[in-house]
Amino acid sequence: MNKILPAMKIAFRALRINKMRSALTMLGIIIGVGAVIAMVAVGSGATERIQQQIASIGSNVIMVMPGSITASGIRLGSGNAVTLTTDDAKAIARDCPSVEAVAPSSRSGAQVVYGNNNWATQILGTTPDYLSIRDIQIQSGAPFTQQDVDSDAKVALLGQTVVDNLFGGNDPVGQVIRIKKVPLTVVGTLVPKGQSPTGQDQDDVVLLPITTAQKKVFGVNQARANSVGSLMVQARGPQLIDSAEAEMSAVLRQRHHLQQNQDDDFTIRNLQEVFQAQETSSRVMSILLAAIASVSLIVGGIGIMNIMLVSVTERTREIGLRQAIGAKTKDILTQFLVEAVTLSLLGGIAGILLGLLASKLISMFAQWSTLISPGAILLAFVFSALVGVFFGFYPARKAALLDPIDALRYE
Amino acid sequence: MAEQLIEIDHLTKTYQLGDVTVHALRGVSLSIERGRFVAIMGPSGSGKSTLMNIVGCLDKPTSGKYVLDGVNVSTLGRDELAEIRNQKIGFVFQQFNLLARTTAAENVELPLLYSSREIPNRQEKAMQALRWVGLAGREQHHPNQLSGGQQQRVAIARALINDPQIILADEPTGALDSRTSIEIMALFQKLNRESGMSIILVTHEPDIAQYSDRIIRFKDGHIVSDQPVVQTREAQSELETLPDEEPAEVEVPSEAQVELVS
Repeated sequence: MNKILPAMKIAFRALRINKMRSALTMLGIIIGVGAVIAMVAVGSGATERIQQQIASIGSNVIMVMPGSITASGIRLGSGNAVTLTTDDAKAIARDCPSVEAVAPSSRSGAQVVYGNNNWATQILGTTPDYLSIRDIQIQSGAPFTQQDVDSDAKVALLGQTVVDNLFGGNDPVGQVIRIKKVPLTVVGTLVPKGQSPTGQDQDDVVLLPITTAQKKVFGVNQARANSVGSLMVQARGPQLIDSAEAEMSAVLRQRHHLQQNQDDDFTIRNLQEVFQAQETSSRVMSILLAAIASVSLIVGGIGIMNIMLVSVTERTREIGLRQAIGAKTKDILTQFLVEAVTLSLLGGIAGILLGLLASKLISMFAQWSTLISPGAILLAFVFSALVGVFFGFYPARKAALLDPIDALRYE
Repeated sequence: MAEQLIEIDHLTKTYQLGDVTVHALRGVSLSIERGRFVAIMGPSGSGKSTLMNIVGCLDKPTSGKYVLDGVNVSTLGRDELAEIRNQKIGFVFQQFNLLARTTAAENVELPLLYSSREIPNRQEKAMQALRWVGLAGREQHHPNQLSGGQQQRVAIARALINDPQIILADEPTGALDSRTSIEIMALFQKLNRESGMSIILVTHEPDIAQYSDRIIRFKDGHIVSDQPVVQTREAQSELETLPDEEPAEVEVPSEAQVELVS
């Protein structure tokens, strides 16, 4: 260890003599490491955004939608049939052990009016469970309750976008809004969730008790008063999503009196799959970037090897002299190895700084979120040191095994 | 302690240069006592450099035996030879071989860095050695700021810093003017007499060889003569009779000065 410090000193001196050459040699490592740091920052920024979006949907969520029906020989698209009912929701909640909660919901677009302002938004009739399934928090006021649902209470919860557009800076709780001339009292507002993974504004919404929505706002026909647009189901855990799906499918087929040979009249969608696909693609992206980065680090390493070979040749006499006055094989080996590692480490540090700067610029100008991970920095540091050891070893060995007489005579 | 510092017995060295086998040494036997100042002379290709390389533990003989300070070094490995060079031998070269862009003090210190023992006060020892060779105050100079004679003094300080048994000087005055050569020889004589260090000097110049006390002549890989010097020259007393060193700045004649001014 006490020999490393003098060797570092010698290495720095040797590198200072050829400043330009050292800088150019380091460039390969600088670019490689810089690219790794910047790309990892961009990649983990994207991953984090995806994870936030997953969290905004709610965990372990399964959607059940009505399936397609055939009316007079014309097959209508998925979601057109009105086959799901609030009773289906109750049956699933009761008979499926893997299901934590079920919230039926019906959606419709409508104009919301408050005073002189109006705003076109999404009306979502549902039950209080919806809030827990989607992990929606109340910002002010209180959520509506099961009693509100049972009594068709004229109450509403507003998303942040609706609040901003109708109320400006005023507190909406306690105020009365109108949807299709039905007056509804605002009982609470929702904590903003931002964009959904598909880019929709999740805050542009008004939540009503499903009974209120169906009977008073949407005005559906009495025969179908029970039917709902979709069911939002939460499984008891990530591992139970598959069994929850199977259980629901069985319950629904039985309730809908479907024969063995008949297709489902509902569709079960697992959002996890969408996110897994997204995660997979971002992982593939990361692997690709890592491959590109390794190539540039290897190229940088070859540059270091090249320059170290030149340096060994240039300093043959110096090596001969050091051998003559007693430097052993490992002394010379250490000297040149330390020089190579110093070169690659300096490049690595400069690369890390460059990468940090680049990711700052990317998030500033491209508006991409970037996340700088200490792990990536440490990895880049260690990797650049390893590049120095790996590519410095051959030239250092060559120097250490020089014949002292030939080295001393070298012109 | 063996009385003989160097014992060489039937040493041969052959090189293979392509198809030609070169017999650089053809059975040389020689012994040198401690504390002697020996000059080795001979034309190029006579084998003296080969002998010096073997004596300096830089090269190994093809056959024969070489015992240095009681140790048979002809059988030692690469790193063991490096250790012997570090501890027992000091080298002085014709071209000084100082590290560029490295101060005189650091150059002198270098052998201590490669010592297998931990040596305290390395800087202090280097300063002492530099004072001893008369370079006090120039410790922080780089080689390119020193004259040839001064550079050779740094090299001598480097050679003696580890208190070696023997100093091998290969044409140490070959690149120096005659006055500086005498100064360097005075330094070697002082080293030889004050510290009892053995010195082996390779030289082409017969008058430089006269500062030693024994001259060995080589030719065609053999020793052709081995004689004591009858009247060893005394470098220090010769220096005192020489005119003072020329001033560093050459004075410009006054007429020329006038011309320059007008």
